[in-house]
Amino acid sequence: MRSTKAPAMWVRLGTVAAAAVIAITACGSNASPGGSTAAQPPTAGMKPPTSVGAGEGQLNLIAWEGYVDDSWVKQFTANTGCKVNAKYAGSSDEMVSLMKGGGGGQWDMVSASGDADLRLIYGGDVKPMNTDLIPDFKNFQTYFKAPGYNTINGIHYGISLQWGPNTLLYSTKKFPNAPTSWSVIYDPANKGLVTVPDNPIQIADAALYLMKTQPSLGIKDPYELTQKQFDASVTLLKQQRPLIKKYWGTAGDEITLFENGDVVVGAAWPYQTIQLKADGKVAVADTIPTEGATGWGDTWMLATNAPHPNCAYLWTAYVSTAKVQAEQALFFGETPVNTMACQEMESLQAGSCAQYHADAPGSYFNTIKFWKTPIATCPDGSSSCIPYAQWQTAWTTITA
Amino acid sequence: MAVPTTAGRLRKNRGAAPLQSLFWRLPWLRSALLLTPPLGWFVLIYLSSLVLLLVTAFWTIDTFTTQIVQVWSVDNFTLIVNEPAYRLIIGRTIGLAALVTFTDAVLAFPFAYFMARVATRRTQTILFAAVLLPLWASYLARVYAWILILNHSGILNWSLQSIGLPPANIGYTIPAMWIVFSYIWLPFMIIPTYAALERVPESLLEAAADLGAPRWRALLDVVLPLAVPGVVAGSIFTFSLTLGDYITPILVGGAGSTFIGNVVYSSVGIANNVPFAAALAMVPVAIMAVYLLIARRLGAFEAL
Repeated sequence: MRSTKAPAMWVRLGTVAAAAVIAITACGSNASPGGSTAAQPPTAGMKPPTSVGAGEGQLNLIAWEGYVDDSWVKQFTANTGCKVNAKYAGSSDEMVSLMKGGGGGQWDMVSASGDADLRLIYGGDVKPMNTDLIPDFKNFQTYFKAPGYNTINGIHYGISLQWGPNTLLYSTKKFPNAPTSWSVIYDPANKGLVTVPDNPIQIADAALYLMKTQPSLGIKDPYELTQKQFDASVTLLKQQRPLIKKYWGTAGDEITLFENGDVVVGAAWPYQTIQLKADGKVAVADTIPTEGATGWGDTWMLATNAPHPNCAYLWTAYVSTAKVQAEQALFFGETPVNTMACQEMESLQAGSCAQYHADAPGSYFNTIKFWKTPIATCPDGSSSCIPYAQWQTAWTTITA
Repeated sequence: MAVPTTAGRLRKNRGAAPLQSLFWRLPWLRSALLLTPPLGWFVLIYLSSLVLLLVTAFWTIDTFTTQIVQVWSVDNFTLIVNEPAYRLIIGRTIGLAALVTFTDAVLAFPFAYFMARVATRRTQTILFAAVLLPLWASYLARVYAWILILNHSGILNWSLQSIGLPPANIGYTIPAMWIVFSYIWLPFMIIPTYAALERVPESLLEAAADLGAPRWRALLDVVLPLAVPGVVAGSIFTFSLTLGDYITPILVGGAGSTFIGNVVYSSVGIANNVPFAAALAMVPVAIMAVYLLIARRLGAFEAL
């Protein structure tokens, strides 16, 4: 499981694509996406179907590796007669270019991450979906029914699938009392004992921390930073640099670092905690500190010119069911959006529901800032925010 | 009697293979046909990719769409020169490559000398196998083995502590990279050094002895100068391999162990900034060009 997941997860984490949402500026609108006054995507007017017909026999998917696994695909094909052809993409960029390259006529759906969604929506590559045709939609966590990265002006451009938070992982031997703040990874007392992801989006984690600790900076969204806010975040990370034992690249790296005692605290995913607890070599726990955390969310999106829309709806309905949600969550190491999946997870692997926070209350999601691509357009409409390309350059200077 | 017989056989063969007769009449055709595939490969794959790299380096990307903008500029090179972080990374990469090369030369020389001039034929074979043995295992496996040795609860710290010494704690540091690189590229230094040492004629050493030179003097004034081309040839490998590596920095490096290759990798893989990656990739190409020129002057190419 680790070998399947670690590279795929890393690649996806590493590919928060550079500046997106061309259409927003193209339309001359100053509104931020996701809000009630956001610019209308080109496909907003397309009316989704009100019923699902018979399957067309084929379904062409672009997916993260591990998202279209035989263990649940076989049953789907048996149920619906839709033969699933999956193309695994290694990065969000690849997903976007595949969707654009195919002219939309080749692919039916894509399991896009939050950082790719807005590009696909505003690029006109995906079209609205009717949530009424997904029976399990009513069981979704409220947050994932209409998150800002896939729902614009109340129109759903896809059905949420799975998500994961970026947590604070710590050794319980070193920290008998759970740390309540991200300050432990910026504290010189832990010099040489800290690890964080080798990923420019880590700047958002620093911004999230500064949001609470330096309110005078006025950071409202860790992905929309002005030069001043950006510089403060980069300065914080440069100060953190001497504390870092290693910037981790894959989940496996971080697990090794903890197991060998090279680090005692760091930023992680629930997956690492679960693996470390299963291995039992070192006592660890994770927490979402009071400042909150960043996270990612994935969505199945329907291509504008999807040749097999019925199979696509059947597929989305199928992967939204509690059983498949639970299977995928445990296979990949992430959290289902269907609240009913909790029970299924428990029956597959006792204790997994709470481990993956699949039973989290709604308030939990207010503490998580889900990934989105940093773009130059600020919430106030000015172009003074720092786009992703500069995040990447800054990250090189931080870690050099 | 022998001459007509041979001629008769030749004539018979020519009749049997028209292609061969064609080659016989047009000798250049054979070499042309033989050389076309490797040369075509070399020109197409090697040179054209290098030229493409060079051309791309002068383009930029639209930071908004990450599309390549085909407008000539030296922005990428200006950034590399002006940004202290890149200068630091380039300096670190070259510095460690040089250090690894020096270390390997020092380690390889006595070993190669023993193999070439002292060991029996049988021992020589065993040593050869021993030198090449690590190359049979995957690069990754060997680097991971070093992680197990060097990390906090690894064999090194355990051994030090069991004899009452403080732990070294060099896992995920530059010294760790130095050790791993020196280990991994050592065979590439030993083999050319061995080849050079083996070619030193025994008669020269006898002459040195006859003229009253002690053994150390003969080693210093006769063997060493003759071995230099071999060592320099080996250094081409150790230096260029370290210069271009990015896996060892990822695996055994810690914070502040970024190499040129790592920045190239993330520029392509994460930022989708191919032109900048190309510009940065030109740095090791330029360094190696200079290095090879120097190596040629030192006679390394004759030793290969």
